[in-house]
Amino acid sequence: MLNTIAQEVLSDAKARGWVLEPDAKRMMREAGLAVPEFRFAKTNETALQSATELGYPLVAKVVSPDVLHKTEVKGVVVGIDSDQALMDVFSRLSHIEGFAGVHLEKMISGVELIVGAKIDEQFGPVILMGIGGTGVEIYQDVALRMAPLANEDVQSMVRSLKGRKLLEGYRGGEDVNQGKLSRTIVDFSRLVVDIQDYIESIDLNPVICSSDACVIADARIILRPE
Amino acid sequence: MDLNRLLKPDRVAVIGVSTSNDNHPANVIFKKLQFRYPVEVYAVNIRGGELHGTPVYPGIDAIPVTIDLAIIAVRATYSPQILEACIECGVGGAIIVSGGFAETGNVDLQDRIAAIAKDADFPVIGPNCLGYFSPGKIDTFILPSERLETPRAGGVAIISQSGAFLVDLLVKFSKHGIGVSQAVSIGNKAVVREIDLLKFLQGDPETNVVILYVEGFDKNEGRAFVEAATCIGKPVVVIKSGKSAAGRLAVSSHTASIAGDYKVFSDVIAQHGIIEAQSEYEILSYCKGLNAYPRNIGRNIGIITISGGHGVAATDMCASQGLVVPEIPEAVRRKIYHRLSRSVRDIATIRNPVDLTASAVDEDFVAAYDEMTKLSDYDAFLMLVLPYSTGVSVDIGAKVSNPSQKRIRPLVAYIPQMAKYQAFIEGFELNGVPVSDSIEGAVLMLEGMRRYQPCSIR
Repeated sequence: MLNTIAQEVLSDAKARGWVLEPDAKRMMREAGLAVPEFRFAKTNETALQSATELGYPLVAKVVSPDVLHKTEVKGVVVGIDSDQALMDVFSRLSHIEGFAGVHLEKMISGVELIVGAKIDEQFGPVILMGIGGTGVEIYQDVALRMAPLANEDVQSMVRSLKGRKLLEGYRGGEDVNQGKLSRTIVDFSRLVVDIQDYIESIDLNPVICSSDACVIADARIILRPE
Repeated sequence: MDLNRLLKPDRVAVIGVSTSNDNHPANVIFKKLQFRYPVEVYAVNIRGGELHGTPVYPGIDAIPVTIDLAIIAVRATYSPQILEACIECGVGGAIIVSGGFAETGNVDLQDRIAAIAKDADFPVIGPNCLGYFSPGKIDTFILPSERLETPRAGGVAIISQSGAFLVDLLVKFSKHGIGVSQAVSIGNKAVVREIDLLKFLQGDPETNVVILYVEGFDKNEGRAFVEAATCIGKPVVVIKSGKSAAGRLAVSSHTASIAGDYKVFSDVIAQHGIIEAQSEYEILSYCKGLNAYPRNIGRNIGIITISGGHGVAATDMCASQGLVVPEIPEAVRRKIYHRLSRSVRDIATIRNPVDLTASAVDEDFVAAYDEMTKLSDYDAFLMLVLPYSTGVSVDIGAKVSNPSQKRIRPLVAYIPQMAKYQAFIEGFELNGVPVSDSIEGAVLMLEGMRRYQPCSIR
């Protein structure tokens, strides 16, 4: 059964074919997944107000129905640490095509993973996880499993990654909380099973994992063409 | 769908034999069954007549007995009416050998025969296939026996979308001494599909392991296949072709871009303990190993050799597959030392691998192996046997497999493949120890067992 937020978000996005980031995050949060605290600001004033509530440093991302890949239009700015910097960023992002506002959220740090889903022609809903970030298609260090997943599936996915050492505190880095990671992927896989008839694919990239949390820093949901 | 009479028939009709052209595929099948296999066979042609003194019946309904299997080798357009006649007469199942269906664009005709069969719950193999082969029992291939090399009866069942791939595999199985229970060419798989055969083979006492050549599945069929393959209680090996399939459309998410058809296939079947072979050599190794030991093993391998170089190579190959070669505990090393021949114990390297040196005799193999099998540290054993060493006798296989009868952990062996070593190889294989002609193949036999995951351990 779809919850009301998922129903609302999916039907709003129908015409566009994909779900705007703030909506995607609301949906993930509703499914019990961790997302950074965020605000959506349409004006400079609300942006400054949101910053006061969230506290610096912040990440700002453009929200535009014309922009599916935000980094490709330089629509993501990290490490914003002052009101002045925020106003500069807001002004620059507001010139991006289709600008609808700015998505502001707390900076988080940790290992960047990708968690994704695809409705496969032969196997139905499948879940992908691997080393994330913008280089994900270059390294393709990922594992795939049929949804829904169990904890053991997540463990075997992690074991199969070439970059698994990055999850184990490589060179002073933080080790990833395996329990939180498993829960994130298992819960996500159940959500995907529930919404499989509506979607084509989902990227949660990056999912930022540290020793105490796994947080979905970006979410992109592509709907199934009618 | 009950495949029993279709796949284990007593009475067979070959429909479409020619009384004027004895090279007709139906005639090839008819003669082969008549001369070589323990089935009753009846020839059918709408015009009736006689073929080399045996009657040709004008229709399936004219045959005085009830037929288990009808082999249909008539022009594609006639197949619906023949199928209907078979169903009417209580035939157990059919093979449509003929081509001219979906593979040439005649999708409607294929859909029609599929609908007729499914309505009557009537199993049909094909169309556009070779049918099947079961050593010593039946062979419906349209290929003359004298042009084929076929394996002995054994525990491997083969299911193939490609008929020619199937025939090639039979030749190779024969050469590598791998026995076959059932080899089915499913062609266009209009009615009987991989999943139906897996369910049949689950209950087939002669089948230990199933190998499938797969090009692709229908919508969502992959999921059902995985579920069927995981729960038949026997290892399933798959070789996938069409890995580089185009059709990679412009995609808007990283996930859709990375998770191409083959990547999904490969990862998902591994998730479920189905063993993917990447090459012909892997097929042979996995099938041979799993036929002898259709079970799952852990990663820890004990190795016995008489050549240090072979031991190192085997260790490397184990490592590259993720298998490990744990050390022998000190107390057991001492026991082995005292049981080895006097001329061997001081020059042997009693670690893992145990290198018995070229001075070793059969009893040294037996001693080292016996002590190692008493340890729970090892999940399986690999013996590297070099018959050119004078201490190794032709009886070594029988001798080492004696203690192996007492335990359930697999033993595999490597012996270089040369005609003059055949007796050594048989000494192992007749006692249930599979032999590979390369160290790599022997390690792959173990790797196949490691990858197999029965339902219960998932």
